[in-house]
Amino acid sequence: MAFDKMELRETEVWDGNFAAAQALRQAQVDVVAAYPITPSTPIVEGYAKFLADGYVEGEFVMVESEHAAMSGCIGAAAAGGRVATATSSQGFALMVETLYQASGMRLPIVLNVVNRALAAPLNVNGDHSDMYLGRDSGWIQLDAYSPQEAYDLNFIAFKVSEDHDVRLPAMVHQDGFMTSHTAQGVKTIDDDTAYGFIGDFKPMNDMLDFDHPVTHGVQTEEDWHFEHKARQHNDLMTKVMPKIQTAFDDFEKLTGRKYNIVESYDMDDADVTVVCMGTSVETAREVAKEMRAKGIKAGVVGIRVFRPFPFEEIKAAFKNVKAIAVLDRSAPGGTPGAMFNEIAGALYNTDERALLSGYIYGLGGRDLTKAHLVDLYTELQANVDAGKVTTPLQQFIGVRGPKLAFL
Amino acid sequence: MLEIRWHSRAGQGAVTGAKGLADVISTTGKDVQAFAFYGSAKRGAAMTAYNRVDDQPIMNHEKYMEPDFVFVIDPALVYTTDVTINAKENTVFIITTHLSTEELVASQPKLEGKTVYTVDCIKIAQETIGRAIPNTPMLGAFMKISEMYEIEFFKENMKRILGKLPQKIIDANMLAIQRAYDEVK
Repeated sequence: MAFDKMELRETEVWDGNFAAAQALRQAQVDVVAAYPITPSTPIVEGYAKFLADGYVEGEFVMVESEHAAMSGCIGAAAAGGRVATATSSQGFALMVETLYQASGMRLPIVLNVVNRALAAPLNVNGDHSDMYLGRDSGWIQLDAYSPQEAYDLNFIAFKVSEDHDVRLPAMVHQDGFMTSHTAQGVKTIDDDTAYGFIGDFKPMNDMLDFDHPVTHGVQTEEDWHFEHKARQHNDLMTKVMPKIQTAFDDFEKLTGRKYNIVESYDMDDADVTVVCMGTSVETAREVAKEMRAKGIKAGVVGIRVFRPFPFEEIKAAFKNVKAIAVLDRSAPGGTPGAMFNEIAGALYNTDERALLSGYIYGLGGRDLTKAHLVDLYTELQANVDAGKVTTPLQQFIGVRGPKLAFL
Repeated sequence: MLEIRWHSRAGQGAVTGAKGLADVISTTGKDVQAFAFYGSAKRGAAMTAYNRVDDQPIMNHEKYMEPDFVFVIDPALVYTTDVTINAKENTVFIITTHLSTEELVASQPKLEGKTVYTVDCIKIAQETIGRAIPNTPMLGAFMKISEMYEIEFFKENMKRILGKLPQKIIDANMLAIQRAYDEVK
């Protein structure tokens, strides 16, 4: 079966969902098994339309749940194909059991997660609850801050995930609605170049290779389970980051667009900095520039690779800064935010430990305004001036009612 | 930075309109953003959509906006929602209504002292496209008031954007855009 190429303009105005769908088309994904859910629906819908219109050679498998969607992806990946799907929120939660199966079986699958709040109360808007729910699942997690990045990072995800030294599934995250349904200019890559960057899918231990029969999804008890998990963790800790860096380097050579494992903006001489993920990174960049005009040396750090966690890169990013605000867009459920804890862990044994405070913000899509960020930087500068954290360790931004602060 | 807020009902095409406008502007090398508040996205529910336009890359993702232009594409929303919220002193309002501008301002005191233009996008859409889809006519009116682009340039680009629709519908949209351009006051 042949397929048609698509002529793209140099810059298309796409939302994050359509950008991801175009990337799946250009990657010529063999199998998408999907159970659509807001706000990720247009990604798999887009793939299905490209397939029906003859722009991709593949298979769309309609299933009865997200659990079945990921199970279908696992089957197809084990059979030996290029596989992807998309989900959000409750769908992601229902997938969790199978996420561990996918990574434990070392199957390259690309999952676009359009980040959305977790019920209850039911909410379709963007926060990072689902992304955080996946953080121990053994997947690679890349985070996009804009439609352009949702497009680009899909190519990175396929390249790294399918590498025979990696063989781990990868998620590409984007913020529900704030990226997924926001149309912006996206610089495109032509079909041949995009496909060429990833290359043909090279199967490994594929079940359809009948000359070399293999078993996937075996049972191991106390005799081998630990070794399998340890090996997987070892590869996440040692092999994945260099592959991501190489993919970023190659991608920059191809497109001129540079990605980093940890993104640092205005950090060379920054006194105060915000660290966050998603669209908030870009908004904070704009506010940091405005703070500098007011005499506060503000910077921004964005986490591009959430898993494996960039422990060393974080240490380097915060080397000379005096006060850090860690922004977690997920309800931590009775503890400091997850990213706060991890960054605290990364910095604890460094010599120049900056003043560290944590903020919970943006749950259920609550707006993070520039005014919020101005207040935040001002508060951080006050910490620097006082030489200590003058506020409680954990505060909430943008929630109504009495001010919430803990610890 | 140019910022626009659309007031619409879900199903009237504000999102398509905002994305279409962003697409046209993008062809001239500017950076664009188009997004919306969906809420629970029930057809007919009041909703807002947004455009940002700048010569620089747009980094701001906050939903809060003090718009330069406000488009109201459903006449009743002037009364059932606050279309003047977060407006600046010089915000320009383009409002769909069968009333004259004077009658409209008299009926909604919040618009007093504001720069208000009116055009009946609903009627224009019904008479040209055959359905009350007031999004493309609003853009015609915007081209007139803002003088952003020549109307012919704008229509040529909109033809490309509407390209997947039947020719009859595209032609009707072009008529609707031109009529709103001519009729907005």
